[in-house]
Amino acid sequence: MLKTTPLNAAHRAMNAKMVDFGGWDMPLHYGSQLEEHHQIRRDAGMFDVSHMLTVDIRGENVRQFLRGLVANNVDKLTIPGKALYTCMLNPAGGIIDDLIIYYLSESWFRLVVNAGTADKDIDWITSQSRQLAPDLAITPRRDLAMIAVQGPNARSKVWSVITDSQAASENLKPFQSIVVGDYFIARTGYTGEDGFEITLPADQAADFWQKLHTAGVAPAGLGARDTLRLEAGMNLYGQDMDENINPLESGLAWTVDLKSERDFIGKQALLVQPINRQLAGLVLLDKGVLRSHQKVVTQQSSEGEITSGGFSPTLNQSIALARIPAEVAVGEQVHVVVRDKQLAAKVVKYPFVRNGQVLV
Amino acid sequence: MSVPAELKYTESHEWVKVEADGSVMVGITQHAQELLGDMVFVQLPDVGRTLAQREDCAVVESVKAASDIYAPLGGEVIAINTEVEASPEKINEDCYAAWLFRLKPANAGEISGLLDASGYQKLLDSEAH
Repeated sequence: MLKTTPLNAAHRAMNAKMVDFGGWDMPLHYGSQLEEHHQIRRDAGMFDVSHMLTVDIRGENVRQFLRGLVANNVDKLTIPGKALYTCMLNPAGGIIDDLIIYYLSESWFRLVVNAGTADKDIDWITSQSRQLAPDLAITPRRDLAMIAVQGPNARSKVWSVITDSQAASENLKPFQSIVVGDYFIARTGYTGEDGFEITLPADQAADFWQKLHTAGVAPAGLGARDTLRLEAGMNLYGQDMDENINPLESGLAWTVDLKSERDFIGKQALLVQPINRQLAGLVLLDKGVLRSHQKVVTQQSSEGEITSGGFSPTLNQSIALARIPAEVAVGEQVHVVVRDKQLAAKVVKYPFVRNGQVLV
Repeated sequence: MSVPAELKYTESHEWVKVEADGSVMVGITQHAQELLGDMVFVQLPDVGRTLAQREDCAVVESVKAASDIYAPLGGEVIAINTEVEASPEKINEDCYAAWLFRLKPANAGEISGLLDASGYQKLLDSEAH
């Protein structure tokens, strides 16, 4: 039996093509994935991301617990509402999940974790808490829904729907959030465009979704979400990284704080492991489409593998993230084995697209 | 689901149109097109290549996935649709107009082994359940 979000009926009413996404019955697209992609780059679109899990951690000194739990440093969170992107590592430095942590008060931090890893994450966080901070209350919030409204016009369309939200949220900077009535509004996203991710009570989700639609926000499915995040150079858990790879070889060194004295789970492993691989961007020079797991052959005759590949609607050519040997430099040409051919691709610095602009 | 009566079909979701001169046009069906979604890349066989029946000879790729195309009949490739190569979205717009390649069958008897429209419709019905 597939799990459903509070918006399941709304998706079906909008003729969504539904797919099994890691045990969740989710919309892949509502007609054309390409149009949904362009709609978000040019105007505004919305995704149901209620399959992701909000986890509230409350109690005394949550911050101290999180200092040891995750690889980024929660001491960067000084203003209430501020968010931090981080990996949660196992003792070997492998990535258990990537998540966003919101600082709401010293006794309340909010985590948003991936759908496919949610149960595992809860088990891990709970077991760590039992040892280190047994008095904390760790609460999975399946009573909440989450809708990501993304695109250059996303914020103004949200303001037209949620009464009084503009004054409260127009000064939010990226990675800041605020509570407005029943809505938790965060200026975050997974598309490389401006916008909000809005968390709200599950029983209000369908009504809010409908109001956004009436305000001109087009529904978009997981297909467009994947091409948008790939263009934005954002990692997908389970594809670009997992428990067998560390963040330093996943393009996420910027999220790992090794400078402070603070210890965290996985730190010792990261300090001793050599960094042999990197996550690089590829732009295909020949015709075709790059896909995950295709082999990459470098000029040095070493090998790598595409972790996420696809067609970029904005560039109108294929792009990919690939894990390749660390010595390969930006600008070099590599070859990707696609069926019986070796296609030429250029190594680029990603993101490929941000705020509607092509960067490669 | 659109299954034109005048065409023949394969179990791998190609359509086949028999022309007056005995050659055949090959494309992919509405079912296949819908399943794959927005097309972004098409790779066709070289003109002059001789194909065996059911040989994989072309690839269509959508935003979602790559799909092999199999020769419905053995024969020689006598033309390819370069317009579809340049604009793969033509398959989404009208998959029965957007032919992929044209074959000169080596053995016209193979045509009678293909599914007719009602046979193909039955296949779709059975796959839906």
